[in-house]
Amino acid sequence: MEWKFRGDLPIYSQLVEQIKLGIVSGSFLPGERLASVRDMAAEAGVNPNTMQRALQELERDGMVYSQRTAGRFVTEDMRVIEHAKKQFAEEQIRGFLEAMGKLGYSRSEILTLLEEKEEQNGDT
Amino acid sequence: MAILECRDLSKRYGAIQALDEVNLKIEPGRVIGLLGPNGSGKTTLLKLANGLLTPTGGEILIEGQKPGNESRSIVSYLPDRPYLAEWMKVSQLLDFFEDFYDDFDRDKATEMLLRLNIDDSMRIKEMSKGTREKAQLILVMSRKAQLYLLDEPIGGVDPATRDYILDTIIRNYNPDAAVIISTHLIADVEQVLDDVIFINQGKIVLQSSVDEIREEHGMSVDQYFREVFRC
Repeated sequence: MEWKFRGDLPIYSQLVEQIKLGIVSGSFLPGERLASVRDMAAEAGVNPNTMQRALQELERDGMVYSQRTAGRFVTEDMRVIEHAKKQFAEEQIRGFLEAMGKLGYSRSEILTLLEEKEEQNGDT
Repeated sequence: MAILECRDLSKRYGAIQALDEVNLKIEPGRVIGLLGPNGSGKTTLLKLANGLLTPTGGEILIEGQKPGNESRSIVSYLPDRPYLAEWMKVSQLLDFFEDFYDDFDRDKATEMLLRLNIDDSMRIKEMSKGTREKAQLILVMSRKAQLYLLDEPIGGVDPATRDYILDTIIRNYNPDAAVIISTHLIADVEQVLDDVIFINQGKIVLQSSVDEIREEHGMSVDQYFREVFRC
């Protein structure tokens, strides 16, 4: 998994987003055991305390869970994963609609464009 | 208790005020960036913490004690310039560290050196600059210290060596210890830091956590530093 960080947001919140995305997109599988905090931190090139903070937040969201001795695991609850996936999708759509709005397209024009694109893709 | 504390700490070299009434507390379990332009007092502060210099005013305490032989047993220090004797072999260096420091883990150091293809019989003078920097860092990080003082550990090395050095620090520091990394290359270290201390002209300008700065100012520590220190 590749880690990338922007300058204008806290590192821990970007870790939360990227791990969540990793779970949603299958880079981390449901029920998979996560590496130790220190190894995950080293892999992402971040501070272990920051990684710890991110994982704690993911735990609160139900994306991962801890078992006292065995370590930390990705949730097996598909509803939680689906829910996170939908949130990512909504975010993408919101961003897309905003950008199209700035270009001056109405909702119906956007839908038409999407359908046209879909037909083109169907041809190739 | 703070692992390192400065109370009105001052250091003057003749007419130059290198440190000016610095007050500072460093708690264990954190990785701290000591950030400032050249000549801001970073190296002076680390040398004072290691007992290589004596204050001209105020005091500096390591676990409540003045720096000395006792503090040296819990402080692992990487100076800002090469300090290993050129003629020494790796095996002699390992002996040396083992003799001096009870907390030195020889097996760990040997294993890390071997992974870099540095074997026991190699001499310091046979190593490239980058390899030397890595070997020095390995020795320093193979101690189970309470306080690591790393003076410019990534100065003048290529990006791959820099990544290796930061990775080595993250993977090897004792989690109950504090790590202080002095540098002016902020963008390179920012991600591995918990907290930053900005120092300028011998004074502490700011002590904050990395994510607080990003949250409050909506910019990276590197960008923020450039604003604060705009020439």
